Amino acid sequence: MNQRNAKFILREGKINLAVQGKYSRKDTGWRLFLKTIIARAYPRIIGQQREISWVVFEVVMPMLAVIAYVFVYRALNAPEEYIGFVVMGGAMTAFWMNILWSMSSQLYWEKEQGNLALYIMAPNSMMAILLGMALGGMLATAMRAVAVTLLGMWMFDVTFTVSSYAQLFLVFMLAMVALYGMGMMMASAFLMFGREAWHMANLAQEPIFLASGFYFPIKSLPFWVAAGASVIPLTLGMDAMRQLIFPTGFQFGFMTVQTEIYILAMLSVVFLATAKFLLARVEKLAVREGRITESRK
Amino acid sequence: MAAWLGWVIESNWTDPFLFAVYSIVKPVSGAAILVIMYGIISQGNFDSAMFPYIYLGNAFYIYVGAVMTGVSWAVVDDREHYKTLKYMYIAPIHIPLYLLGRGVARFITGSIAVFITLAAGILFLNVNINFAEVNWLLFFATLVIGVVMLAMLGLLLAGLTLMTVRHEGFIGEATAGALYIFSGAIFPLNVLPEWLRPIGYFMPTTYWLELLRRSLVGNVAAAFPTLANFSDLQILGVLTGLSLLFGTVSVYVFRWCDSIAREKGLIDRTTNY
Repeated sequence: MNQRNAKFILREGKINLAVQGKYSRKDTGWRLFLKTIIARAYPRIIGQQREISWVVFEVVMPMLAVIAYVFVYRALNAPEEYIGFVVMGGAMTAFWMNILWSMSSQLYWEKEQGNLALYIMAPNSMMAILLGMALGGMLATAMRAVAVTLLGMWMFDVTFTVSSYAQLFLVFMLAMVALYGMGMMMASAFLMFGREAWHMANLAQEPIFLASGFYFPIKSLPFWVAAGASVIPLTLGMDAMRQLIFPTGFQFGFMTVQTEIYILAMLSVVFLATAKFLLARVEKLAVREGRITESRK
Repeated sequence: MAAWLGWVIESNWTDPFLFAVYSIVKPVSGAAILVIMYGIISQGNFDSAMFPYIYLGNAFYIYVGAVMTGVSWAVVDDREHYKTLKYMYIAPIHIPLYLLGRGVARFITGSIAVFITLAAGILFLNVNINFAEVNWLLFFATLVIGVVMLAMLGLLLAGLTLMTVRHEGFIGEATAGALYIFSGAIFPLNVLPEWLRPIGYFMPTTYWLELLRRSLVGNVAAAFPTLANFSDLQILGVLTGLSLLFGTVSVYVFRWCDSIAREKGLIDRTTNY
């Protein structure tokens, strides 16, 4: 009996040493920054896939809108390109919804659940946390967007003809960087909200679907409205992608793909820099005003 | 009291002006998407019967999201968010009535949105409603039957919500989204594949929207073959019959779900989802 106890103690001791060894190394600087990004991205990439019903709902809900708008175009005898526009717009709604509910509102939810204080107490950068959220959200949402696109292609016989894969990849990546930069910026602003955060996110759905031309070419809107809506990266991102994946897409383009790439690159830099600046400012303000741990139902 | 509580919850997070903007911007934007889609394809021909069909169907569909989802959302709100559902259950009130009362606030905000959407259509978008020719009796009778029917459907969803873990928020939205397609809200049912149309014919919302359109713009009915062979009275009869059927089913389903929820201790369950 004593021998077994001694073995057990020895084994436990070895495990403790191993655990201590693993966690006693103190990561700082860029290593900590990267680890924080990965740690925050992990639950989004892996955790979200574990809840299969979420995946189903997040694909089904945008598909319902896609189906409705496709049938409207069919009822109006619209050219087939428009069906493709709707399918693509429906897929891209997943990213906008992710920005609203899982980026912008995220720090607000974290505050409500008590995690925000832990984030701030931990010796990591809040910017890394936001980047992790963005990276995880982007990858997880991309899977939903692909699912919506494939379903749309299958249901409505939509075909895409890519004229330049390199440009398409560049446009998509720039649109994502700018969009998630915008999400990070909005997350800082939402931190100051109480109950109104939910309503603000809710409000920013249909008006953005309208202004950004999710279901029709943005060129159809008056020039200054379309130009104003171009602040939202998905507006130009979708416009450029439509030009690149539909043979007649260039007819519907608001600007040339080249110009849209330059603007998206500029937006990426502006949003990321503003997010960093705002986060630092708002975090200080929230700490000073005692809003980090408040929960205003 | 429940209606007042619902109104306060809906509106007291902000000042009245922002709340008014919030209540108007969403539905008007939704309508504007359809108007632009229609305008692009028809090249600005807003005189076709298709336009009022889409516009009116979409405008009145706001009630579906507001009333039906509003009633079922009260369960999510009280159980998950405010954690007060158990207190409601131990209070001397009738829970189905309380939930229906909570939907009244959504009905009021929904009515404002419907009114604004219709007004925008009439004033700026050439939705041609001749008020002298509107069949007001049919309009109000249809509206009342429809709103009661939607509230009862909301009760059915509230029952299902009581029994559902984690995804209760999606139930109302998914149902409203599906009804949007199957009720011929923004396109005639004959555009749907033939095998899907019977679902639309079984939904009371199909007849409700058709009657509302007919009461406001009579000539719309003749332009689409879906229900053109039915008279207003026949459609009213079908709507009333289906509303009674769905209402009765809703009461029984809610009772059943409620008893299961009580047995399994689901009334005060929170999931933090």
